[in-house]
Amino acid sequence: MKGRRSSSDSSSSSKTKKPQYSKFTQQELSACKPILTPGYVIGIFIIVGVVFIPVGIISLFASENVVEIVDRYDEGCIPPNYSDDMLAYIQNSDTNKTCTRSLKATKLMKSPVYIYYQLDNFYQNHRRYVKSRNDKQLWSKKHEDETKNCAPEATSNGLSIVPCGLIAWSLFNDSYGFSIKNKMVKVSKKNIAWESDKKHKFGSDVYPKNFQNGVLIGGGKLNSSIPLSKQEALIVWMRTAALPTFRKLYGRIESDIQANDSVTVIIENNYNTYSFGGKKKLVLSTTTWIGGKNDFLGIAYITVGGLCLFLAISFILVYVVMPRPLGDPAFLSWNRHPAGHQI
Amino acid sequence: MTRGRIRAKLRRSQLYTFACLRPHVNETEGSVQGCPRVIYCNQPHMHKKRPLKYCTNYISTTKYNFFSYFPKALFEQFNRVANIYFLIAALLSVTPLSPFSPVSMLLPLAIVVGVSMAKEALEDWRRFMQDKEVNARKVSVHVGNGVFSYKPWEKIQVGDIVKVEKDQFFPADLLFLSSSYEDGICYVETMNLDGETNLKVKRAMEATSPLNEDEAFKEFTGTVKCENPNPSLYTFVGNIEYDRELYAIDPSQILLRDSKLRNTAHVYGSVIFTGHDSKVMQNATTSPSKRSGIEKKMDKIIFILFAILVLISLISSIGFAVKINYQTPQWWYLKPKETDVYFNPVKPLVPGLAHLVTALILYGYLIPISLYVSIEIVKFLQAIFINQDISMYDDESGIPAQARTSNLNEELGQVDTILSDKTGTLTCNQMDFLKCSVAGTAYGVSPSEVELAAAKQMAIDLEEQNREIANAKHKNSGSEIELETVITSNDGNDFKRRIKGFNFEDSRLMDGNWLKEPNVDTLLLFFRILAICHTAIPELNEETGNLTYEAESPDEAAFLVAAREFGFEFYRRTQSSVFIRERYPPKGQPVEREFKILNLLDFTSKRKRMSVIVRDEDGQILLLCKGADSIIFDRLSKNGRMYEEATTKHLNEYGEAGLRTLALAYKQLDESEYSAWNSEFQKAKSSIGADREATLEHVSDMMEKDLILVGATAVEDKLQKGVPQCIDKLAQAGLKIWVLTGDKMETAINIGFACSLLRQGMKQICITALNSDSVGKAAKEAVKDNILMQITNASQMIKLERDPHAAYALIIEGKTLAYALEDDMKHHFLGLAVECASVICCRVSPKQKALVTRLVKEGTGKTTLAIGDGANDVGMIQEADIGIGISGVEGMQAVMASDFSIAQFRFLERLLVVHGHWCYKRIAQMVIIKDFPT
Repeated sequence: MKGRRSSSDSSSSSKTKKPQYSKFTQQELSACKPILTPGYVIGIFIIVGVVFIPVGIISLFASENVVEIVDRYDEGCIPPNYSDDMLAYIQNSDTNKTCTRSLKATKLMKSPVYIYYQLDNFYQNHRRYVKSRNDKQLWSKKHEDETKNCAPEATSNGLSIVPCGLIAWSLFNDSYGFSIKNKMVKVSKKNIAWESDKKHKFGSDVYPKNFQNGVLIGGGKLNSSIPLSKQEALIVWMRTAALPTFRKLYGRIESDIQANDSVTVIIENNYNTYSFGGKKKLVLSTTTWIGGKNDFLGIAYITVGGLCLFLAISFILVYVVMPRPLGDPAFLSWNRHPAGHQI
Repeated sequence: MTRGRIRAKLRRSQLYTFACLRPHVNETEGSVQGCPRVIYCNQPHMHKKRPLKYCTNYISTTKYNFFSYFPKALFEQFNRVANIYFLIAALLSVTPLSPFSPVSMLLPLAIVVGVSMAKEALEDWRRFMQDKEVNARKVSVHVGNGVFSYKPWEKIQVGDIVKVEKDQFFPADLLFLSSSYEDGICYVETMNLDGETNLKVKRAMEATSPLNEDEAFKEFTGTVKCENPNPSLYTFVGNIEYDRELYAIDPSQILLRDSKLRNTAHVYGSVIFTGHDSKVMQNATTSPSKRSGIEKKMDKIIFILFAILVLISLISSIGFAVKINYQTPQWWYLKPKETDVYFNPVKPLVPGLAHLVTALILYGYLIPISLYVSIEIVKFLQAIFINQDISMYDDESGIPAQARTSNLNEELGQVDTILSDKTGTLTCNQMDFLKCSVAGTAYGVSPSEVELAAAKQMAIDLEEQNREIANAKHKNSGSEIELETVITSNDGNDFKRRIKGFNFEDSRLMDGNWLKEPNVDTLLLFFRILAICHTAIPELNEETGNLTYEAESPDEAAFLVAAREFGFEFYRRTQSSVFIRERYPPKGQPVEREFKILNLLDFTSKRKRMSVIVRDEDGQILLLCKGADSIIFDRLSKNGRMYEEATTKHLNEYGEAGLRTLALAYKQLDESEYSAWNSEFQKAKSSIGADREATLEHVSDMMEKDLILVGATAVEDKLQKGVPQCIDKLAQAGLKIWVLTGDKMETAINIGFACSLLRQGMKQICITALNSDSVGKAAKEAVKDNILMQITNASQMIKLERDPHAAYALIIEGKTLAYALEDDMKHHFLGLAVECASVICCRVSPKQKALVTRLVKEGTGKTTLAIGDGANDVGMIQEADIGIGISGVEGMQAVMASDFSIAQFRFLERLLVVHGHWCYKRIAQMVIIKDFPT
C-alpha cells in the first residue's frame, strides 16, 4: 500500500522519506577508540609499576614513623579479688574504679599526641542501635520532645529524654589522667569532634534533660548545663562506628613525650565491656602526613605495582617468543575450524 | 480539539466491537442452513438495526483504545517477571520492614513501567494513524436514485452498492455485480493478500452484468444469503436472490478488501463483509513477539542473581537469628530486655523472618532495575539509527530501512544462518528475454550474468596465473589482451538501449532480418506463439505511447516484449480475440491480424504448460503450446521431433548459463477433430462436482499431444543489485546462507552460481528422492532409506575429507525435504547441512520454508535470520529469530510480519555487519557497566 502511494505521489513524498544526513544520525561523529595493542598494554603496566612502587615505599616509611602505644587495660584494671566476677565489680557502684597503668614511650612522640580509646566486640553498627537516635531533637530546642526512633530509650517516667536513644544512653565514660615523670600533663578535650557535627547537628541551645535518670543506667552522664554542641565526647560517641572494633578520639596531649619517658595513666574504669566480652584499650599515637599508623596502604601500593611490573615483563616475554599480527582474522571463531569455509 | 475528536472515535470503536459481536448471537433467525448471513443489497437502511446490523467498515488494528490502554498496558508490563519482582519489592519497601525510603524503590519502577508503556502507546498511536488514513479513504457509494457520491471507507455499510475505479483498492469484501466491460469481467491484483503480482480475472454473474451504469442501480435490489465471516481467502458459500431467481455465488465473484482493481475502468459491487468481518482482516495475525538472545541471557542471569540474593538473605537472617539468640542478651547497650518484632533474643524466629524480608529488600540492588530502563532507551535510539541510516536508503523506491521492533537490534550481530527466499529477494523477479533456439538454430549472443560472473572469475584466475607466470617468466602479454576483451564486452552492454524485459542481441533476427533466414516459416510460427499464447493484457502508456503488458508471470511479459521487438506487437485483447500488429520491415506497413481464441488451457504448476487454440484469419485452427521442456518433449508427435536433438543441446547450454527455459510447440487441427474435442471440453467445463478439475485436465491432456516442436526460449532472472558481493561479504564474515526457493533445482543451482553462493571449486551434494510414483508404505520406506543412505554417505565423505579448504554445497529438493524433515531423519539432515558452506533447497512450499527455519533454529541453537519479500515467506519470517522483509514490489505481507524491513537484499550486509555488530557490542558493554556496581 505504502509503496504504491509514494510512487503515485511522485518525487515529493519519496523525498521526505529519505533520511536527513547529519553526522549524528549517520553515526559518523569523530570518536577516539584506543586499541589495546601489546605495546600500549606493556607501556601502561610499566608506568603503573614504576609509579606505584615508590609511592608504596614512601607511604610505608611514613607509617613506620608513626609512634603508637597501645595498652589493654580492661582485665588489668580488675582487682584480683574480683577476677572471677568482673561483672559484679563493674556493676557495683561502690567499688573503687580507679586504676593506674604505666606505659613507656619507645621513641620520641612529637606533639600533638592523640589519645584514643579502642573498644572491641562492641556493635555500634547494630541496626537497633544505629537507628536509636533523633537528629531533629539533637539539633533544635523546638523538637525537644520528639523522640521518634529512640525506642527503647525514648522517655523516662513519661518525660522525653534529651538526648534520647540507645547511642547517647550508652555513652562511654572511662576517663584518663596522664602524668609524665610524675608531672601531670594537660589533656585537651576540645576540638576532638567534627566541626560540621558541632555546627550543624548538635544544637547550641539544646541542653541534656532527664538523661540517665531511669532505672537502668547505661553509660556516662552529661552535665545538663552545657549545651550539646559543646559536649564533644558525646558528639564523638554518637558518630557511630561501622565495625565492632573501633577507636574514638579521647583528647590530645599538647606536649612532646621523650623517648623512654614513662607515662603514668590514671584510669577511671567505669564502662562495662565485661558483660559482652569486649576489650578496652588505651592508644597514644602521633600522626604524620599519612595519618595514623597504616601499613596497609603502602603494602597495597607495592603489591599492585609489583604485579604490574611482573605482568609487563611476562607480556614482553610472550610478545618476543610468540609474536602475532594484530587483528588476524584466522583467529575468528568460525575460521578456527576451516571445514566448510574458505579463508 | 483534534484530540477530542480522536477520543470520540476511539470510544466509538469500542462500541463497534460490541456491535460486531451481536449478530452472531442470534443468527439462526430466518436463515438457511450454512448461510446464516443475510444481506439486502442496495438497501443499507435494512442493516441499521439488529439482528441485521453488522460490523461497520471501520477498522482498527490497534492493541488498545483510550479506556483499555491503562489496564491492558499495565497488565502487559507486569507479565514480565522482572517487573513483578520489582513491584513486590516496592510494595514491601512501603512497610516499616524496609531499610530505606520507599521512593528509591518506587521511582525507578514507575520510570521502567512508564517508559515501556509510553513506547507501547507511541507504537499504538502510529497504528492508529495508519488505520485512520485507511478509514478515511474515499470511495463512491450509491446514495439512492442512481446517484453515487464519495464517502470515506469507514462509513460504508453492508448492503451498500459501491463503485470502485481503476487502480483503487476495494474498501470491503464485495459481491461483484458488474464492470465497465460488457461481459462483466474485471482484473484484480491480489498482491496484498497472497503476494502474487499477477492479475486475476473475476467474473460477475451474468444476471447482474448488464447493470453497468450508475442509473441502473436506482431500482436494483437483491438478497444475499451467505456464510459467516471466515478467514479462508479462496472459498465462499452463498447465493443471491435477484429478480425472483436464485443464483449461486462462487468465489470468483467476490472482490476482496485490500486487493486492487486493475485494467478495468470501474466495477460495481455490493458490500458483503465490512471491516473486521472482511477476509483479509480475518487473516490478520499478530506476529509473535520475539526476544533477543541477550534478553534471554539477562533473564537467566537475573534468575541466578535472585537465587544468590535469596541465599545471601537467608544466610544473613539465620546469622541474625543465631546472634540474636546467643549473643545479644549480653549486649546491654541494646537493652535486650525490651523487645519488639524486630528484636527479640528470646524468640529469634520472628525477628529472623522480619530480617529476611529486610535483607531481601536491602540486597535487592543486586538485581538492577535501572538496567531495564537503560536497555529500553538504548534500543529505542538504536532503532532510530537504523531507520536514519542513509546508506540503507534505496533511491529507486524511496524506501529507507525500518526497524519495526527495537527488541532485536543486537540480535542482528549474532546471526549465524541466513535463510533467504530467492524470487524478489535475491532476484528482481524481472525476466529478460536473452536467447532462443528456433528450428535447431541458437540465436542470441548477449551473455547472461552467470556467464559474466564466470568470465570475471576466469579473468581473476587468469590474472593470478599471469602473476605466477610473470614472476617466473615475465611473459604475460597474451592473457592480458584476453582479459581486456572480457572487460570491454561488459562495457559494451551498457551503451545499448535497454528495454525492460528484453536483452536479446542477434542481428540475424533483429530489424526484420529473420526474413532472410533459411527457416522463415518456423520463425514466423515461433514469433506468433510468443505473441498469442499467453493470458496477458496490453496497457497503453499514455505518456510514451508504448504498450506495457500486465501478465500473470514476468516470463510472459518478457515474451511479449520480445515478440514486439521482433515485429509482432500484441496490442488488443477482447474476450474472444487477440489482435496482433505484424511488421515486415521491407514493406514497412504493419499488418493487423486477428486471432480468434477458441479455447485457453490454463497454466498450472501441475501441468507446467499452457495452450491456446486459435483460429487465424484464414480459418485454420492451431493449437499453440508452451511449457517446461520435459513436458513438451513427452508430447511431441513422431514427425515433430525434427529439432529435438539440437534444441535439447541448446536447452542444456541455457540451463548452464543460469537461464529459465521454456519449449514452444504447435499443432494444426482439423475442423471436425476440433469440434469433437470442443464439445467434450465444454461438457467437462460445465460439469459441476469434485471431479470437474480432473475431467478438464484429462480432456486438455487429450488435446495437447502429437505436437510439433518449434523451439525454445531462454529468459534470465535478473539478480538484484549487489547481491553476489553482499553474499560474498557475509560468507567472509562466517555466516551460512541457505536459499529456500520454490524454483526447480536447475534454476536454483544457476542462481546459486550467479550470486556466488556456489563456486566452481565446491563439491555439490545433491540429495534427491527415488522417482517412484507408488504410494504404498513400503515404497515410502524405501525412498526414506535411500535418502538416509545418501545423507550418511555425504556426511561420511565430508568427515573423511583431508583438504581443509574443501567446501561443500548441499542441494535438496522439496519432495526429498519432506522426508528429510521427518522426525527421525531431520537430525541427520541437519548434521549434514551444517557441515556444508551453502545449502539450497528448491521446490519448497511456504510451510516447508517455516519448517526448515524451525529445524535450523532449534537444531543448532544458533540465531537464524529469514529474509523474504512475499506472502509465501511470512511463515519463515515469523519462525526465524529475526525476520527481515524486503519492502519492494511484492506487497506488504512480508514486511508486516517482519522485524526489520529493508528495500534491497544488499542492505542486509550493512544491517548485520555494521548495525548488528554495533548494537550488540554497545548493549553488551552497557549491561556489563550497569551490572558492575551491583
